[in-house]
This record gives sequence, structure tokens and C-alpha cells, in this order.
Amino acid sequence: MRELALHLLDIAENSISAQASNITIQVREDRAADRLFMAVIDDGKGMDPEMVARVIDPFVTSRTTRKVGLGIPLLKAAAEACNGGLTITSAPGVGTTIEVEFQLSHIDRMPLGSLAETFLSLLIGSPHVHWVFDVQVDQDGFVFDDQPIKQELDGVPLTEPDVLRFVREYLEEGLRQVHINQA
Amino acid sequence: MDKVKSLEDLKRIREEALKKRQAKNVSGQKEIVVGMGTVGIAAGARQTLKAILEYIEEHNLTDIVVRQTGNIGLDSMEPIVQVSLGEGEKVTYGKVTPEIARQIMAEHVVGGSVVKAFVVQS
Repeated sequence: MRELALHLLDIAENSISAQASNITIQVREDRAADRLFMAVIDDGKGMDPEMVARVIDPFVTSRTTRKVGLGIPLLKAAAEACNGGLTITSAPGVGTTIEVEFQLSHIDRMPLGSLAETFLSLLIGSPHVHWVFDVQVDQDGFVFDDQPIKQELDGVPLTEPDVLRFVREYLEEGLRQVHINQA
Repeated sequence: MDKVKSLEDLKRIREEALKKRQAKNVSGQKEIVVGMGTVGIAAGARQTLKAILEYIEEHNLTDIVVRQTGNIGLDSMEPIVQVSLGEGEKVTYGKVTPEIARQIMAEHVVGGSVVKAFVVQS
């Protein structure tokens, strides 16, 4: 995956698989500190320490009770190569938080890519989840909370074309206004 | 944020959407599922989903449900898209590029005929 936004999509898909009801995605671009921070916070079923270790490095144990992917180990390696890192905080029954950080200006840092497409994919694909997308660039912030929208829609699906257009443009405009650098 | 749309806009959009839905004879739900596991995403599933959503917007298609699913178990065939029309059988398509997605939307979801060239056995 060549975009951080695709990694966010992948991590959030794990949260969906873990039956999370509430998923928050944070992106913080701090130019003064030269850091790019991202987090996916869920209230899914969580993992015990052994499972966390295997998610971070699928080759540490020979136990193969559950398949784990390579998405997180690859993202961790990418972050570490850019003076950053990845941490997982998780507890069974509580949820999982995955945080990843990069040196913003690092030459090897992969581009952020399209947050709007990632957010829209999650929102449409898993409408039963309560989504919060929280993007901050220096002093400017854009927080998208889908709850008031779903309340207003009152059962009309997000995939009705006029609704879809509204939500897509809402996300695109919000991200444009905080001047997030997606390259 | 003055230019961002308001919930007032959404209220109007909702009412119009409801009218359109009622005006139509609901002939069973059309469902499109896109595989969004790690392999699917790496193979381009987000672009495939985007193409499907764009098609819905461009052609004003109502009464379509689009959702995601995790790994379907056909890694070499990702991105995977599954289509079911009403009570009809679920059809699984493999290696669905945005272009193929648009073809599936036109011929299968709108036209009702399966695009045989891209069907995989699931």
C-alpha cells in the first residue's frame, strides 16, 4: 500500500472485524514539530498481549490459531524508517487503539493519500458503526461525526444518490478547508 | 466553515430522496458488496468502490445498498465484488478494476444481465 490513507482503511477494517460500534480516526499534521500522527481508536473486542505481539510481528510464534495480515507490520516498519513508530494498546473487552507517527518531512514518508476516499469508503461500507473522523493541521481542525447526519436521515440509506453526493462533498470540503497535505 | 453544507440541506435532500423512493415500485433490493480485507485494499478495492459510488451518483440510481466485507477467501481474485438483485442469486466478480466495476453497474445492476467474463466461482 502506497498511501497512509489506505493503511488507515486497512486498520479500520480490522476494527470492523473486531465488532467495534464506535471507531474514531485521528490525523494530526504538526508542521512546527515536523510530525504526522495518526490513530485508530475502537471499542471492539480487543486483543490479549500475545495476540498484539503476533499482529505486530506474525513470525514471532508458530501458533497459527488465527490468521493475521501483514498490513500492520509493514506500516510499523515504514514508520520506524521515518523516525517514528507504531504502538498498539489493547485489552480484551475494551477495545484497541493503534497509533502511528512519522517525521512529517522525512524523504521516505509515504504520502497521506486520499483521506476523503478512505472516510467515505468506511462510512458507506459499514453504516452500523458510529464514525468520527478528526483531522487537525496545525491550528485548523475538521471533525466529522456521522451521528447527526444519520439522525437527520432517519433510515434513508447513505447510498441514495443525493445523500451520497452530500456526504462526499461534505468530507471533501471539510478536508480542503484544513489544507491537509495529501501528497 | 461557511461553505460546508448544513444539516438543513440534508433535511431537504432526505425528503426528496423519500419521494423518489415512494414514486418507484420497489422491486427488491439491489445489493453490492466490496471485499475490503488487506489484500483487497492492496489490490485497489477502494478505487473499485469509488467507481461504484460515482456510478450511483452520475446515474441517480436509487434503492441500491453498497457495503463492505472482510476477506472473502479469494486473495488472487481481489478486488472482489458481489452483486445480488432482489431474491436472485449472488454473483461474485473477481479482479474488478474501476472500469470493470462500471461495466458491472451498467450491465448487471442496471441492465439485469450478468457480466460473465468476470464471474468467479465462490
